[in-house]
Formats: sequence, C-alpha cells, structure tokens
Amino acid sequence: MKMKTALLGAVASMAFAPAAFAERGSDGNVKVLYSQAVSIMNAYLSSGTKDVEVGSLVLEPLAGFDEVGAVFPRLAAELPSFENGGISEDQTSITWKLKEGLLWADGTAFTADDVVFTAEYCMHPEGGCAQLAKYEGVKSVEAIDPLTVKVTFTGPKPNPFTAFVGSTAPILQKAQFANCLGAAAPTCTDANFMPIGTGPFMVTDFKVNDSVELAANPNYRDPAKPTFATLSVKGGGDAASAARAVMETGEFDYAWNTQINPELQAQMNSGGKGKFVSGFGTLVERIEMNMTDPSPDLPEGERSTAKHPHPILSDVRVRKALSMAIDRSLLVEVGYGEAGRATCNLVPAPAIYASPNTDCMMQDMAGAKALLDEAGWMVGADGIREKDGKKFKMLYQTSVNPVRQDFQALIKGWWNELGVDVELKSVDAGVYFGGDPGSPDTFQKFYADAEMYANNFDGTDPEPYVAGYTCNKAPSPENQWQGENINRFCDPAYDAMVAELIQTRDEGARAALIIKMNEMLTKDTYTIIPLVDRGRLSAHSNTLGGVVLNVWDSEMWNAQDWFRVK
Amino acid sequence: MTDLALEKPRSQWADVWSQFKTHKGALVGLVVFASLIFFVSIGPLIWTKDPTFINPDAATMIKTRNKPPSLEFPLGTDQLGRDMLARMMKGGQVSIAVGLVAMTISILLGTLVGVMAGYFKRLDGPLMRLTDLFLALPLLPLLLVMVLLFRDPLAAAFGPEGGTFLLIVSAIGVTSWMQAARVVRGEVLALKEREFVLAARSIGTPSRRMILRHILPNVVSPIMVAATLGIANAIITESALSFLGLGFPPDFPTWGRLLFDGAEYIQNYPQRVFWPGVAISLTVLSVNYIGDGLRDALDPRIRGR
Repeated sequence: MKMKTALLGAVASMAFAPAAFAERGSDGNVKVLYSQAVSIMNAYLSSGTKDVEVGSLVLEPLAGFDEVGAVFPRLAAELPSFENGGISEDQTSITWKLKEGLLWADGTAFTADDVVFTAEYCMHPEGGCAQLAKYEGVKSVEAIDPLTVKVTFTGPKPNPFTAFVGSTAPILQKAQFANCLGAAAPTCTDANFMPIGTGPFMVTDFKVNDSVELAANPNYRDPAKPTFATLSVKGGGDAASAARAVMETGEFDYAWNTQINPELQAQMNSGGKGKFVSGFGTLVERIEMNMTDPSPDLPEGERSTAKHPHPILSDVRVRKALSMAIDRSLLVEVGYGEAGRATCNLVPAPAIYASPNTDCMMQDMAGAKALLDEAGWMVGADGIREKDGKKFKMLYQTSVNPVRQDFQALIKGWWNELGVDVELKSVDAGVYFGGDPGSPDTFQKFYADAEMYANNFDGTDPEPYVAGYTCNKAPSPENQWQGENINRFCDPAYDAMVAELIQTRDEGARAALIIKMNEMLTKDTYTIIPLVDRGRLSAHSNTLGGVVLNVWDSEMWNAQDWFRVK
Repeated sequence: MTDLALEKPRSQWADVWSQFKTHKGALVGLVVFASLIFFVSIGPLIWTKDPTFINPDAATMIKTRNKPPSLEFPLGTDQLGRDMLARMMKGGQVSIAVGLVAMTISILLGTLVGVMAGYFKRLDGPLMRLTDLFLALPLLPLLLVMVLLFRDPLAAAFGPEGGTFLLIVSAIGVTSWMQAARVVRGEVLALKEREFVLAARSIGTPSRRMILRHILPNVVSPIMVAATLGIANAIITESALSFLGLGFPPDFPTWGRLLFDGAEYIQNYPQRVFWPGVAISLTVLSVNYIGDGLRDALDPRIRGR
C-alpha cells in the first residue's frame, strides 16, 4: 500500500511537469484496470475481449475501426477501395499498400512477408485459431512486393475488411512466430506473452492472469507518441470494484467495462475523481411482437406458426398503440443510466446505417388510447378493452434478469393503463436462450404475444442482421425452431429488398436500403419495438486525457493519444 | 335418583392446552404466528394500497424510488416506487399459504407412506424403495419437468396465479414427504411391538382402528417436528422456483421474491432484504416453537410433569 501511495505521489508530481503532447514518454506511468485479468497477449489464441484489447497495445492490424465504426488505416498507407484499385471490380480480391519505413519494436523492418505469415499462422489447418472467422473465405494471401499484399477470396466478398482489420486480426512478426505454426502455437509462451509489435507499447513484464507491464515502443512510427513512458495493466475484481478504484479511490486511471446500476453510477460520480464514458454499439433491448397466434388451444406444431395470424396483434394500429404507451427515457433511467439511451431503431449504428427515426421517443398515452378506439378495441365494463367479445389479453415474456423484470413491471403498468390485460412471465436465461427445440419456453418458439430481449450484430455490417427478417427465416417446426425472424414477420416487399441489398455494392445505396428496411420493421409496422440502445461503460480518471471509447474495436485503440491532464 | 355433583370430566384437549400454556416459547410463537396471519389477511383490508401500483407519472415515480420508511410508505418503497408494506402483506399471503398447503400435502403423504410401510410388513419393502427412489431423484429437474408438463393446462383451468399456486404446492408437497415417511415408519415399527398395541390386537381390534386410535396419536410428535420444518422448506423452495422463473409471474410478490429482488440493493438499502428476511425467519421460528410446544403437550408421558 505504501508503495502504491509512493507511486501515486510520483505520478501526481509528474502531473505538474511539462505540457501535454510534449514528447514521447514525458507523462510517466498510466494505470489501467481490467476486471478480468489478461492471460495472453496473442489475439489469435484467445477469444477473450480482455486479451484482445490489451494485446492491441502491442500488436496492430493493417486497419482498424474508429469510434463511429468506420475503417481507417493503421499499418496500411491508405484504405483499398474500388476507386484506387485496391478492391477488384469483381470483389474477389483486395490489395493492401503498407506504410513505408515501418519498424518492429526490435528495430527490424515491417514487410509484406509478416502479413502473409500472419494469415498462414491463423489459417493453419492444425492450429486452433480463435479468430478464424476473420479469415473466412480467404483463398490466398500473397506478397506482391515488400510493401504490397494481395488477399484473394474464394468468391465475391461484399465486405472485404475482415482479414487484417480490427484488433482481433493483428499482424504478427514472422521472425518471432516462425516456429509457432499450427499445433506448436500455444507452446511458444515467450512469443505469446511478450510479442514484438508495431504498436505504441511493448511488453516488459507479463504475469499470467495478473498484470502486464508495458513501456513506450522506441520505434513507434509517430516520434512524439505515446506520451506515457510506461503503462501498467492490472487484472481482477468485478465491475463495481473496478469503477470504485477509478471513481472513488483514484488508484487507477482507466477501468474497463464498469457496467453497474444507475444508482451506483450516480453515487460514484459524486466521488469526483473520475468520469464514466459510454460508447454505443448495436446492442438493442427490444420488444418483439408475435405476428402469429401463440394460443395453447392450437395443436402443437401450429402454435406460433404462419398458419394462424395473431388475432389481436396483426393490426398495425394495435402494435403502434402499444409502442406509444412506453416511456423509453424512464426505462433508461431505471435500468441503465449512462450506459443506455432510448432508441426507435433496430440498427442504431454505425452512423451511416442509423435511421433518423425518433417518433417513438415521446410517450403518448392519449394518442395510444385513441388509436385502440379507432382499431375497434373499446374499453369494457371491467376496464379491459374488448372487440367482438374478445378480451385484449397479452402474455409478455422475457428472461430472468433484475433489469428486465423492472422493465416488465413498468411496461405492464402502461399497458394496463391502456386497458390491456397483461400477464408477465420470466424464463431462466439458460432455457430462454438455450434454443432447445423441445422446450416451449425458448425465445425462438415464442409461445407468447410479446417478448423482450437484446440482440446485436457482429462487426459493422448490418446486412446479415436485416437479412434475418425474410419470410423463410421464421422459426417453425420444419426448421427445428431455428431462424432469426423471431416475429414471423413476412412481407414480399421486404424479401425483395433483402435480395436487392445483397446485389448492391455502392455504400450510399446500401445505407439507404438498410435504413428503409430498419424503418419497415420499426416505425412502419411496429413489428419490433426498440426500447434501449445499450452501450458500453468504462471509467477514466479526471487526469487522463484523450480517452475516446470505441465499441467497434479495442478500447485501447487510441492509447498512443492518451495524455496526462495538467 | 339424585344428581351427584361430580367434577366435570376433563377433556383430552383441555389437558393438551393446559400443558401447551406452560411452554413459554410455544405461546410466544403462537402469538407471533397469529399476528403474522392477521398481518397478511386483515392487513390489506386496512392498508389498501395496491402492491403492484407504479406511479404512471414518470417524474413522481423516479422521486419515490427506494424511499426509506415514512408515514406514506411505512416500510419504504422498492426500486420502482412500489409500497413495500403492501407488497409484504400480499407476498405473505402467498408465502404462508404455499408453506401451509405444501406442508400439509407432504405430511399427509409422508404419514400415509410411513404408517403403511411400518404397519404392514408386505408393503414395507416396495414403499421404502419408492421412498429411496424419490430421495434419489434430483429435486430441481423433477420440478422443472412438472412445471413444463402441467403449467399450461393448470393455468388454463385456474388462471395463471391459481394454476401456479396449485402446481407449486403440489410440486413441493410431492417432492418433500420422504423424510417424514422414514421417521414415521421407524416410530411405527417400534410402537408395533409395545404391550398396549399387542393388547389391543389381542382383543381383535381391526387394523384401521389400530392405526387411527393407537398408532397415530403416538407418532404425532415426530410428524409435528417434520411439519414445522416443512413449512420453512416450502417457503424457501417457492422462492427458489420464482427465482428460476418457474414460480409465480414476476410481478407477483412473495416473500422469497422480495428477498431476491432486494439482494441486489443490499448495500445501499438494507431494509429491502431486512423486512422479508425478518418475516420469513419469524414464520419459521414461530412455527417451530409451536411445533415444539405441541409435541410436549401431545405426549402423554410428558404432559402433567
């Protein structure tokens, strides 16, 4: 403890030294806390986010994602595109030009051979590469000259920015890993724990599942960066204690993934030593409306299938009214605080794909009631709406989770106010998301009228995500209740747009299509009622500057730009 | 004939009561248990707030979250501004009802199996193997299967809450009778060889009468002890089921659920777990003491000492 105080004192005294952006190593030490300890620095041998992120301080990819999800060059001189000929017309290959004069931390030159070797390393048939998905569809990788690499795919690849892009696909040094191919990969402990990289820092000491000590890379391409001479990563604890270490005690400068409840957030904010930063990706908590009849009176095999449309929710006015009754900002305040924001979109990000749709933001109870009246659902004697002798009764299910149960209670209250009789059900998450076709309680089977959960898509390309809502992807007994179209939404116009999207290459046209499809599912039909865009929450101390939270790539993506606030 | 001024004969139950009265703990337990029952049954008639009411006005609701006890909310509010006192009353109704009914079912089953196995030699083997079988069954998966199979039909017949109540009490009852059965069988085996039983048998008492008149009254004390422990077990099992999402609908308060919901807030609002915790503990303790007193009172060898 005394040592820690002494170190803190040293850091603090350094804080009053020279101005920011001065020169490499002028800002002393920065301490980072990961609530999960780092066990390896090589992203190809671990799928753990913490390993990938800390590894990204040392190992870099050719290109990365910035805070809005756009690709930007790191080791590449420029981004390949159709215009500069980097991406071939038939979309079957991509050619990367590397920056000139790049050096590894040990002073040797960085060449196209290293890139080719990296592909060979991960795609080795005997190796268990954790990031093999990044190299999916890659036919060959060849060095055309020392600064040019050509990646050829097995077929047309609409999104070629997978291999060598992002912190999960960094470049390894051929000289260091040459003997670590295939089955030998995990045995190269020195290389895996202390890889030589091109990033702003290099490993000086590695303790498995405990701590990593890093120092500024003397051969980093920007001579003024990083401004910190050393960086310490400590692992362990939980989200709450990590947040406390930054926000209240000030022991650390940065804490990763501090997802805690809003009240605790507010309490820690008053600690005054740091602040929370949140970044928003594509994870959306939503209510799915069942377009088919889940009634238990139907024979097994016909419940919740396209054979029987939903007797109540098939009317778009009813679904819209249910959405209008919800106060999304209150849900955010109760459940997520700074780590969430209200949304009306299924695809909330990246920015170019996000629809400007905000018409669900305001709660409109009177409008919702009027809409239900218009749809023919009149308030009956017992306060429950009815139409043609049928009561408006709904079963609303979700998984067991304190935040979701609070949401259920709140939303039930609002729907009750509309005159809707709501029955709540919560299912153990293991069963709910388990996907067992024999269980009646999975979210795919959807034996309820409405259900709530969160989902996102991988990476920055929403195509597979929006393509999941075609008619043939509805879960049914025929496909063992697998399929992404949970709502059983079915519209030939939508299917046609999916087919069009797959053919479309132009970025602008793709974005326009995706926005239109997103609106079709949300504000046009209210098939999906998005509630909260759930973000990532990390904490940094008030004396650490330059932090930009990035949810598309490693949170350490811009550690070279961090500086000590004076 | 002249009326003889005889002293009124003392009934057996008056004897039991006079013995019970001497057990201080049992008396206190009786008072506590009676007041708990009063609290959950009469309470909601006096304190008429809706336990599931969430203020529809967002600003007011945010302000009334996690309130400490006040005149408006004597036990404070939960994370959604619901009144804890009303929730405690409503939750108590369910928890105590589940505890009592499930305990009754399990004791009836356990006693039946135990007496049959102990008294009739031919039944002993099969019934005890059945008991072993039930003991060996993992409880939670069995409950899961029962819930899956019977939840929908029961909910259709008795409504979601009534159906779940029936399902839960029978599920708990059917899976917790084994200990009682073993204990009762052991007692019956010992009793069968006692002189008064032999005497009764020698005058030709039929089996039914033997069991009801001579055996059962003498095994009441172990049954009582098993029963009191059973109530506590049933309340806890119900909360575990609710926690897994297999019990009552999630907005339906029970003491166990209130306890689980509050656990997350224990650091900032310890009262959230305090009240349901105290209520469950008081119920269990008071029923245990009542059982203790009853055992003493019902045992003629102890009575009068």
